[in-house]
Amino acid sequence: MKFKVNGEEVFASTGGRPFDKNKPLMIFVHGSGLTHMTWVLQTRYFAFHGYSVLALDMPGHGLSSGDSLKSIEEMADWISDVIDAVDYKEASLIGHSQGCLVNLECAFRYPAKIKTLSLMGGAGAIPMNQELLSLAENNDSKAVDLMMDWAHGPAGHFGGHPVPGLYHMNTGGMLAKTRTIRDTLGVDFRACDNYKNGFEAAKKIKIPTLSILATGDKMCPVKEGKKLADLIPGSKVEIIDNCGHMMLLEEADKVLKALKKFIISNFPAKKN
Amino acid sequence: MTDKKKKGTDPKTYKFDTLSLHAGYQPHKNAGSRQVPIYQTTSYLFDDVDHAAALFNLERGGHIYSRISNPTVAVLEERVAALEGGTAALATSSGMSAIFLSIMTLCESGDHLVVSSQLYGGTVNLFRLTLPKFGIKCTFVKPRDTEGFKKAIQKNTKGIFGELVGNPGNEVMNMPEISKIAHEAGIPLIIDATYQTPYLCKPIEHGADIVVHSLTKWMAGHGSSMAGILVEGGKFDWMQNDKFPTMTTPYEGYHGLSFAEEFGPTAFTMKARAEGMRDFGPCLSPQNAWNVLQGIETLSVRMQKHCSNAEKMVEYLLSHESVAWVSHPSVPDHPDHELAKKLLPNGKGSMIAFGIKGGKEAGEAFINNVKLASHLANVGDTRTLVIHPASSTHSQMDAATLKFAGLSQDMIRLSVGIEDFEDIKNDFETGFRAARKPRLVSNQ
Repeated sequence: MKFKVNGEEVFASTGGRPFDKNKPLMIFVHGSGLTHMTWVLQTRYFAFHGYSVLALDMPGHGLSSGDSLKSIEEMADWISDVIDAVDYKEASLIGHSQGCLVNLECAFRYPAKIKTLSLMGGAGAIPMNQELLSLAENNDSKAVDLMMDWAHGPAGHFGGHPVPGLYHMNTGGMLAKTRTIRDTLGVDFRACDNYKNGFEAAKKIKIPTLSILATGDKMCPVKEGKKLADLIPGSKVEIIDNCGHMMLLEEADKVLKALKKFIISNFPAKKN
Repeated sequence: MTDKKKKGTDPKTYKFDTLSLHAGYQPHKNAGSRQVPIYQTTSYLFDDVDHAAALFNLERGGHIYSRISNPTVAVLEERVAALEGGTAALATSSGMSAIFLSIMTLCESGDHLVVSSQLYGGTVNLFRLTLPKFGIKCTFVKPRDTEGFKKAIQKNTKGIFGELVGNPGNEVMNMPEISKIAHEAGIPLIIDATYQTPYLCKPIEHGADIVVHSLTKWMAGHGSSMAGILVEGGKFDWMQNDKFPTMTTPYEGYHGLSFAEEFGPTAFTMKARAEGMRDFGPCLSPQNAWNVLQGIETLSVRMQKHCSNAEKMVEYLLSHESVAWVSHPSVPDHPDHELAKKLLPNGKGSMIAFGIKGGKEAGEAFINNVKLASHLANVGDTRTLVIHPASSTHSQMDAATLKFAGLSQDMIRLSVGIEDFEDIKNDFETGFRAARKPRLVSNQ
């Protein structure tokens, strides 16, 4: 669906079901340079099981208008604005990679609004490889190729997509090339590199939090994810073996299983 | 600083030959089986009713029924998508069903297509006679008439279709230019690249949006199994206009799903599978998928040999006294030679058309007297194949259509195999001798 936030049009997938304001709200926030489509194997499940889902295209990404936001802090404020724009008081946030930083900062800034945090391939800081950052800022498509290489584990490099017939590497690469690389990936990578408040924010988080990490994740390794999780009281950690950073697609079922268990316990849908 | 450091880091993603062997498959997820297992089954257990509903609602990936998808077939689909540089692929029971499914995914009754006139005879019949029965009309344009494609586009045109190298005349379609025309009109370019395989050309890199193959030919390569596939490039923006409502709006045909919104760069394949396989059902058998996978493992090795033998054959035919003309994109005076050098840097393929002196009678004598070369209605076998199109593959065309398709009575179509070239040459000498004295030899 499309709606306006701060005067700009925002696109969000509602997971194949009509957006229903009577159901609890789950907001999915994608990683650097990507779009709402990374969440297709999680969002549709929750939309069909009692939740209102918004898998967002961040400003300037995918089908959303405007310019990309330049800092994690601005993005966190924007998520809060999204909640207001759809007339909700609270939401559960799910993020991948950069989306984890955004959600962490959002929960830190707006503790009354955010009810749970689910962090996939997250860390307290994501300092960028300077070569990768430079390539993205110079609009070089090699940045996408490198990101796809480093972001995927065996399922990406060899294959075995959960959806028959889809090939991870080229699908991911195409998502990252939906808009101009410099204006999406370049801006996002710089925002990640600049963000320094993750560990301090984590110490203040008091809501149920789940971290899903993967042993083959080269971009946000398990030890970095655990370092963040250790700072959040009561935080739960699920580790997926033999999987890369793109766990939400590479091991979609395992991610969904962990997420279902966490959400049903901590942010239950209303019973009919 | 070393040269390596100056160049920077390169992605360590697997390259073509490696993908030919490994893409789409992980042994540890299949009981450690090094070879891809053949899942000879019709259907798949659901964990519970929630799991069943999730699969039907496309909430989760997985298999329901082998008409829609099958794990062995899925390995083939991923492998070809990887080799073509595509986001997704859908395998079918034949190349013709891949073309049909592509068109039916794209078009509604009342729509129009612009189509290259130089196509396999069966494809011509599909576009000329069968699709109009579904309310889909086509305008045919000569593949070298780039401007003609532009002029033929109408308000209701939903795509441009052509063979990368035309059958059997070897006209090379100018994909970079024709894709620009298609994209300016907001419609996709569909390319049949059966003759090239992704080893010789990846059409998506040159502007194609959907690639179709008869996998029966060089991809499988051994003349054993029928199969087809459609591959999606993932770049085409279905939402740029209102031409494709069943892709871009909640579609009654699949429970209100908007394929473009939900699946973006794989939307076309998702719709072709969810709707097309469900309703038309031209599914590939797991055994045939496995056979094709065996062929693809040696694709680059075979294509190199096919192409080197074809180059020798072109040289031999060009200097032969019984040959009136030779058509192959490698020949310098071929009208598309320069374009072929750009689009087909790894080789110009192993399909050759040539005219035999003495016309139809000489052609028939040649065909009847070669012994090593097989006379049959196929191309892309490991073995050398010959045929006389006017009396076989294109025989259902009337005289006017035959002429429009660029065929002549003296034309012999040759699919060069990977035998020892000297043996092929010696066999052809026998054929040419018979062609020079048709009655004497055919009576022996």
